[in-house]
Amino acid sequence: MDIANLELDVSAMPAEFTLFRGEVSSDEWSTAAFAIAEDHGRLVSLWGNQRGDGTFVLSSVYDIGALIWLDLPLAKGSISYPDISGLFPSANRLQRAVGDLLGLEAAGAADSRPWLNHRMWPADYFPLRKANSGKEEFADDLADDYQFVQVLGDGVHEIAVGPVHAGIIEPGHFRFSVVGEKTLRLEERLGYTHKGVDKAFEQLFAVDGYRLAGRMSGDSTVAYAWSYCMSLENIWNWKLPERATWLRAIALERERIANHLGDLGALGNDAGFAFGLSQFMRLKEDVLRLNKKLFSHRFMMDYICPGGVERDVDADGLAVILAQCAVVEEEVRTLQKIYDDHSGLQDRFMTTGIVTFDVATKLGLTGMAGRASGIIHDVRIDASCAPYSKMDVHVSSRETGDVCARVDVRFDELFESLRLIRNLIGNLPMGAIRTEYVERGPEGSGAGWIEGWRGGIFTALYVDSKGQISRCHVHDPSWQNWPVIEYAVIGDIVPDFPLINKSFNLSYSGHDR
Amino acid sequence: MTFTRALSQVISVVTPLALAPLLLGWVNQVRAWLSNRRGPGILQPYRMLHKLFNKDSVMADSASSLFRFAPYAIFGCMLLANAIIPTLSTDLPLASAADAIALVGLLALARVFISLAAMDIGTAFGTLGARREMLVGFLAEPALLTVLFSASLNGKSTALATIVEAVVHRDFAIYPSLVFAGMAFTLVYLAENSRVPVDNPSTHLELTMIHEAMILEYSGRHLALMEWAAALKLFAYSTLGIALFLPWGIGQRATPSSLLFSLPSLALKLVVIGAVLALVETFSAKLRIFRVPEFLATAFLLGVIGMLTHILLGA
Repeated sequence: MDIANLELDVSAMPAEFTLFRGEVSSDEWSTAAFAIAEDHGRLVSLWGNQRGDGTFVLSSVYDIGALIWLDLPLAKGSISYPDISGLFPSANRLQRAVGDLLGLEAAGAADSRPWLNHRMWPADYFPLRKANSGKEEFADDLADDYQFVQVLGDGVHEIAVGPVHAGIIEPGHFRFSVVGEKTLRLEERLGYTHKGVDKAFEQLFAVDGYRLAGRMSGDSTVAYAWSYCMSLENIWNWKLPERATWLRAIALERERIANHLGDLGALGNDAGFAFGLSQFMRLKEDVLRLNKKLFSHRFMMDYICPGGVERDVDADGLAVILAQCAVVEEEVRTLQKIYDDHSGLQDRFMTTGIVTFDVATKLGLTGMAGRASGIIHDVRIDASCAPYSKMDVHVSSRETGDVCARVDVRFDELFESLRLIRNLIGNLPMGAIRTEYVERGPEGSGAGWIEGWRGGIFTALYVDSKGQISRCHVHDPSWQNWPVIEYAVIGDIVPDFPLINKSFNLSYSGHDR
Repeated sequence: MTFTRALSQVISVVTPLALAPLLLGWVNQVRAWLSNRRGPGILQPYRMLHKLFNKDSVMADSASSLFRFAPYAIFGCMLLANAIIPTLSTDLPLASAADAIALVGLLALARVFISLAAMDIGTAFGTLGARREMLVGFLAEPALLTVLFSASLNGKSTALATIVEAVVHRDFAIYPSLVFAGMAFTLVYLAENSRVPVDNPSTHLELTMIHEAMILEYSGRHLALMEWAAALKLFAYSTLGIALFLPWGIGQRATPSSLLFSLPSLALKLVVIGAVLALVETFSAKLRIFRVPEFLATAFLLGVIGMLTHILLGA
């Protein structure tokens, strides 16, 4: 889509990818959303902010080939903005979260129930407003009267699952309306791991924020930290040494490998095939242990830092990584054959939890799950930064959109990541691993966008003149993908839900913030 | 004489009681080995029972006396089932008290109790598990009966001791009817003991569970009894399989010494059965729940073919 067709007053922002930004009026907010939806653009994120003068600004970012960041400043005293969830269903929960945290209302939204606020704080308290510290304490007897959508009919009953589960997983509540074993409707309720990260950011200096960003969702810590650092480096216009970005990419691909290995094992296990779990977990453990040895942490937490990376990998270390790539590749090829040839497993995977291309497009399914439904987008290509801009990343996709497709895409991406690591190590430039930087850059705001293993992780960062964070919004792709699971399970049987859920393996922590 | 007979009966009840957790531990250990894990050791079920018996039992507010009583009833049923099956000897005082059909009835009684107890609390999972258990049960029971009928045609009696003696005293040969019945029994064995591919004893995904969903609300000593009863059920089915299809080595006199002589052969057979069970579980994925009826219908069909083969071929 041509940016000119939007007829908006936008200007290019300094970023490693193409990013336009502009202020819009309330009408333009709606018309732009309409035009972008018409042209199959995608909503990346939506958040709110309070300025120093007390007025509010609502921001949204769309992907229309390039990223476009729109700011809607509200008049003094106004808390209302036009709803876009009719055009972009994934905006529904984002708007409700803005309502809970900042007290802004989406005028005309069909669903205005709270989302992150489980009445842990009163309905008239908004933690992200500048007047509030976020540390206020409230009575814990506030009534939580969240209304689930009821399904009525003969023989329909509800199964309530969670937030405390029988296994060791993150908390989330799932309300099934079923007839016998058949799922008629699933409604999710999330927000149990809300930690107030957005508010916590505001107490940090921008150079320190990467550590908090890296703790949003532990399994994606590299992608989060990179996304955060990229936004800061864009604001302060730091140029990174080549070797630093190459090492970042090696870490990011290793994170993808570790997570895909874990998920492939867990998917086997959820279909009752425990053999798969123990084999894949063994491989994942090897990857994590090498991470600990070479990157100081099993998940590579705090490895990526503003201006580069924390530590270099020497020639011996690189050789060990290459050797591990060879072992993982060989073993996973064998395991893939076992999975593919196992009729019982394939029977469980195939036609389970189908998300068709049309549904996926309409709901804005993104990332790895999106590619399994034929939505071929990958930030490593769409908005590639160094070193991906110099590499040839092969995107894997499937059309069927079932559990099997998501398993297949994971296998493909795993092999692709192994190939990329070999290329990265083969062409690893020499030089510094970190840029020399001054503690305090100019004030401003910027964005970072990185393809984590789940999908694109977007960061919008606002830094004040003292070098302190005035607002930081970090967006997990799970915001887009959680609502899609509600559609993926329709018509499937109840015992298939764990398998379908695991095939997406979305983040609770990254979503609940 | 009466004293030794009574002692023999006691031994044949205590043996399953003591060995059932060991069989479970053995199966889990082999499963661990087969997936390259070290495993917790074969004594793990005893440690778990010890732990659970020393914990407080927590009751839901909505629990009725049925919920409290069910673990004892189920444990009792399983213990009695083990007493009926000629595990170590065919000549036991209680052997004539019940035949194969009573055994099926006893197992059904335990099923009724566990299902009612699961629904008693009123949680979604308990009801879900009970519903699925009934689905499995009403398909598995007729299949098990056809297996028992095929086997009983040899000795012209449904008394288990007579069936065993009939097979032992015949010439050693492969009898087609018993082969079919054996295949049917294997399928029923997997389904009735909540094993992969029908259920998964190690799962903690609430929505897929059958047996685990039903005992989800139990804790402390009640849970210990439920777990022990499950182990006894596995033991009973294993020894029933041995009695029907591999009875060589089972003693035919009721003296404590003859029982001790038949213990090694029992242990050897259980080791093999446990290892095979672990192997089957490792190689299989869990079936979709709506494939379970097909699975058990196959068992029923094989059982019927077994009976027909016996009638048509006389073998």
